[in-house]
Amino acid sequence: MTGNGDTSAPLVEMRDIRVSFGGVHAVDGVTIDLQPGEILGLVGGNGAGKSTLIKTLSGAQHADSGEILINGEPVAIDEPRAAKALGIETIYQTLALAENIDATGNMFLGRELTTKLGNLDDASMEAAARKVMGRLNPKFANFKSPVERLSGGQRQSVAIARAVHFNARILIMDEPTAALGPAETDQVRQLIRQLKQEGLGIILISHDIHDVFDLADRISVMLQGKLVGTVDKDEVTTDEVLAMIIIGKMPDEVTKSELADLHG
Amino acid sequence: MAITEEATTSESVEGLATDEAPAGPVSMGGLFRRFDLDTRLFGMLAAIAIIWVGFNFWSGGTFLTSRNLWNLTVQTSVVAIMATGMVLVIVTRNIDLSVGSMLGFIGMFMALLQAEWLPPLVGFGQWYTWIIVLLAGLLLGAVLGLIQGAIVAYVMVPSFIVTLGGLLIWRGLSWVMASGRTISPMDATFQLLGGGARGSVGGRTSWIIGIVASIAIVLLLLSRRRSRLKFGFRVRPLGADIALMILGPALVLGGVWFLNQYYMPEALARAYAEANGLEWPAEGLLIPFGIANPVLIAIGTAIVMTFIAHRRRFGRYVYSIGGNPEAAKLSGIKTKRVVMLTFMVMGILVGLAAAVQVARLNSATAGLGTLQELYVIAAAVIGGTSLTGGIGTIFGAVLGALFMQSLQSGMVLVGIETALQDVVVGVVLVMAVAADVVYRRRRSA
Repeated sequence: MTGNGDTSAPLVEMRDIRVSFGGVHAVDGVTIDLQPGEILGLVGGNGAGKSTLIKTLSGAQHADSGEILINGEPVAIDEPRAAKALGIETIYQTLALAENIDATGNMFLGRELTTKLGNLDDASMEAAARKVMGRLNPKFANFKSPVERLSGGQRQSVAIARAVHFNARILIMDEPTAALGPAETDQVRQLIRQLKQEGLGIILISHDIHDVFDLADRISVMLQGKLVGTVDKDEVTTDEVLAMIIIGKMPDEVTKSELADLHG
Repeated sequence: MAITEEATTSESVEGLATDEAPAGPVSMGGLFRRFDLDTRLFGMLAAIAIIWVGFNFWSGGTFLTSRNLWNLTVQTSVVAIMATGMVLVIVTRNIDLSVGSMLGFIGMFMALLQAEWLPPLVGFGQWYTWIIVLLAGLLLGAVLGLIQGAIVAYVMVPSFIVTLGGLLIWRGLSWVMASGRTISPMDATFQLLGGGARGSVGGRTSWIIGIVASIAIVLLLLSRRRSRLKFGFRVRPLGADIALMILGPALVLGGVWFLNQYYMPEALARAYAEANGLEWPAEGLLIPFGIANPVLIAIGTAIVMTFIAHRRRFGRYVYSIGGNPEAAKLSGIKTKRVVMLTFMVMGILVGLAAAVQVARLNSATAGLGTLQELYVIAAAVIGGTSLTGGIGTIFGAVLGALFMQSLQSGMVLVGIETALQDVVVGVVLVMAVAADVVYRRRRSA
């Protein structure tokens, strides 16, 4: 915990982040910020650069340039471990679970509890896993089966449990409901609200504009690697956000006929 | 106790919904799952039992003799030692084709070290010669494995190519190193690593080992049960645990009893009696060989490797890389380092196997270890290691080695010619992998 210097500083600030693959600018000078207890929706079409942007925050992708500040202090996040050490946890769209390992093993992957002699302390890990899962998804009972045998919702639970167990301050969720049925989606939405209540800052990436309108406080829109803009949810309509996503125009720039065309 | 039993029932109801336990009448597989036992493992044991009985009939009763099985255990050791390491390599979605050649190279190195390089420095027959030679061999194995592993992990050359190169390189170098000569004999103490009359522990020690192992099995099952109960987790039905506590030791002690029926031939027994100051009665003495040292080395290796695979972070990381390399990396695991180290572990085990092999043959030739890589890989795969990565057990690989060796020894015993033996081994290998692929496809469907 480094952030006791400037209390007014945002929890996360990403300034002028750039990432390019070959000649393609996947992320082209994007600046966003996130407050504690806030949900920031990050939206955009396929290939807009959302996932690449958040990967620079979770340590899975090097930024070519730009700055990341946590509580106002510049940090270097060069690998996933560094992000986790800063309290940044990520739930990837793919969930990033090892299919052949059980729920407990996946939750603690890379951060195993060990005995004094350095042996894996499976019993303690399973106890901790049951505790956190009791809060998230009390019906979950399958701690010993490889996760390949679990349903989509159960796997999602494991990925979320892994992210929240280690006292995350910043949670990145990439399409957290994409693979879920309606009931499970509701459950995840509720969980996201609960985590917000607990003061976490959450970056929510979603294709589902309704998801975002339902949950987010502010919405950042990306198009072709660039940030179109960030708006307060309460001050825009879904159509205006759609216009940002599709034609890259802010609500005050867009014309009525352009809005009408979105539905054409 | 009652609480736990109740938890078990409620969880199995839960399990139905999550497709964990099969509904309806209790099938064989369902029974195994309920008792938390591994179906595949029992399949392996059944396969071994079938070929043992089959060869016993075919050979007119010579296969299932103490003498033959004793030899079988010794012959299995070398492949089993290496197979335990091959499991980890294959689990990370790699392969090591160089182990046979590497065994030849390290074996030749150890032979030269004790027969030609050390004696001018320290003299012949020092008590510590074998220690220097063994440690040097293990170290060489570690270095060779590390080189191959580094090229695979960091330069990202496919392991198939790196170790195919190794197969040629180590074989060539072992020829060059001794100019193609056969190096013999080995240091007298070093030879004990290879078994034989002196390199076995004798009847009484075998019993002691068997009893200690039996107690260990019971204690292990008990402590596992207790620690799970402490946290209120589901445990096997008490009956199943008790059955295992009886079955495990029974198998161990039965095995010791059977092997202890293999007695030294008269000349050897006479020499042994003389050396130990025993009187030689008119009707002779029945002195059992007892468990051979290579077998103990292989068992010890399997225990250590199982421990590394399941109780240490390194093992957990190996399996996670095999299951989902991307997930492992995102979890902050240094995946390249782990992959490199699996090759190093493999190299160390090749060094150990080379020591046993050279000690057993009491010599090293340029052809030492030729084609062993195929037996090692076959043992791992037949023992349930999946070539797509992420899945495989050490114990399965040891059983796989026993299966392969049983097949080979059996064919020798009934007089099948060498060329045909290769055909059979090849067919069995492909069939085993095919069965594995079908089994997994059906399970995931």
